[in-house]
Amino acid sequence: MKAINTGDSLQKKSNLTGWAFVLLAVIGIVAFYFYPMIQALLLSFKSGKGANLEFSGLANYKRLLVDTTFRTALSNTFIYLIIQVPVMIILGLFISVLLNDSTLRFRSFFRTAIFLPCVTSLVAYSVVFKYLFAPDGMVNQFLMGLHIIGDPIQWITDPFWAKITIIIAVTWRWTGYNMIFYLSSLQNIDQSIYEAAKIDGANAFTQFFKITVPLLKPIILFTSITSTIGTLQIFDEIMNITKGGPGNATMSISQYIYNLSFKYSPDFGYAATVSYSIVILIIVLSIIQFKVAGDNKNG
Amino acid sequence: MAKFKAKRIFTYVFLSIVAFVSIFPFFWMLVSSTNASVDVTKGRLLPGSAFIDNFNKLLDSTNLVQALGNSAIISVVSTLLALLIGSMAGYGFEVFRTKSRDIVFNILLLSMMIPFAAIMVPLYRMFATISGVAPVIGINTMAAVILPTIATAFLIFFFRQNTKMFPKDLLEAGRIDGLSELGIFLKIYMPTMKTTYAAAAIITFMSSWNNYLWPLIVLQTPDQQTIPLLISNLGAGYAPDYGVIMTAIVIATLPTAIVFFIMQKHFVAGMVGSVK
Repeated sequence: MKAINTGDSLQKKSNLTGWAFVLLAVIGIVAFYFYPMIQALLLSFKSGKGANLEFSGLANYKRLLVDTTFRTALSNTFIYLIIQVPVMIILGLFISVLLNDSTLRFRSFFRTAIFLPCVTSLVAYSVVFKYLFAPDGMVNQFLMGLHIIGDPIQWITDPFWAKITIIIAVTWRWTGYNMIFYLSSLQNIDQSIYEAAKIDGANAFTQFFKITVPLLKPIILFTSITSTIGTLQIFDEIMNITKGGPGNATMSISQYIYNLSFKYSPDFGYAATVSYSIVILIIVLSIIQFKVAGDNKNG
Repeated sequence: MAKFKAKRIFTYVFLSIVAFVSIFPFFWMLVSSTNASVDVTKGRLLPGSAFIDNFNKLLDSTNLVQALGNSAIISVVSTLLALLIGSMAGYGFEVFRTKSRDIVFNILLLSMMIPFAAIMVPLYRMFATISGVAPVIGINTMAAVILPTIATAFLIFFFRQNTKMFPKDLLEAGRIDGLSELGIFLKIYMPTMKTTYAAAAIITFMSSWNNYLWPLIVLQTPDQQTIPLLISNLGAGYAPDYGVIMTAIVIATLPTAIVFFIMQKHFVAGMVGSVK
């Protein structure tokens, strides 16, 4: 009887110890993630300038539906997402397959070089890219030197090219990062699978799509979700390369939220409403990506 | 055989181009930091002798030393606290595993899906309110930059995953030796998990050193500037001095580049380990 009692109290004690270990983290995440999330939802039903906020029902949501700047920011963000994420993932996969060859010379040099952009801060590389892509910058000088273009491209000030510049910049910064994930997964694939495929007469192309891609599916899913979340929130590059311009041609949702809250006269209620659109987008896109990955598994 | 060779050549050419594109901005940034602004505009790609000059101009025109100090303090404190809180939680969730704590763990993981853009406005308002009560942790303080970064679901998840590989016999041995649970964590778990801590430290330090949006919102006076804010301000100028700006960027990139090269293995292990 006594033994059972001590067992009980030991368990209770161990349970309390367990809570003690996780307590600070729980408080921190509730205070700095979940509580602000709820606050943002409440804010989205309020209107007013600065600290003078009043309940205004669905007014902010009605404004969102007819807000052309929001529509521009939304479609810009989608253009970044639809072009940049697939290009980067395919490029990263391709490079990692080339690098996953133990007979390749200078392999670690290539790997380190391609991964290097990850050590830069988003602000630092954005400023460097802004100057590299200036009308008289290195990129135009280089392309004109090779006679690929006759006149300098207005990378920063043309609405079309400004978007391309942002996409090139983000791809430069993150391709190596994603490549590392693919490379480490590739190294876990049993080489005998490829040997067997070769004997069966599968060429490199077939091997890539029938063996490599299916085996890497979980990591491709992971990188596509993290890249989607990242791109939907893109801010540092826009702010430091184009400032959202020309006009609103490169403005992203995050930058619009920033402008609404801290640049124009602060409209926190409406900013919170716009911010919820990113949350909804992330949830919807993550579900779609999981579904796509899941369906292929069955097929 | 010919086909094999052609494939080889393609591989080397392709990888060389990608490597060149990856490295060139670094090369340009380094070279430009040693040249005067005029030469940078002319497209000079050879090292010059203007680095000291650029550096002195940078010191005169900005609060560089102050910004470096601010960034260093914020990054170090934030990394230490985030590692302590994250590892304790990861350890707690794994070692003292119960059904209810597993549910709490899964709820905490959901916070990884919350975009910062969605919470920055309420966070700012929260710290503006705190300013009225306790100005030392309100707007324009380092504490306001640090606090929202000390509890992250990523680190909790990362440490929990790694704790799965921690030999549980060591815990029993510690208990038999009469150590308290906290003692076991501090004296047995922490030293054993050195490499896990190293990987987590690099990732956390880098993201803190490079953090831009939240400091931009919450630090509004020039003497509070961090390095990313300083560079962003320099880059936004209408008559940019390229040499000076590139010098600032080189100085800002050096700490993370050095950390990266010394601890490359840990960095990659940390990144990849986090998704296993």
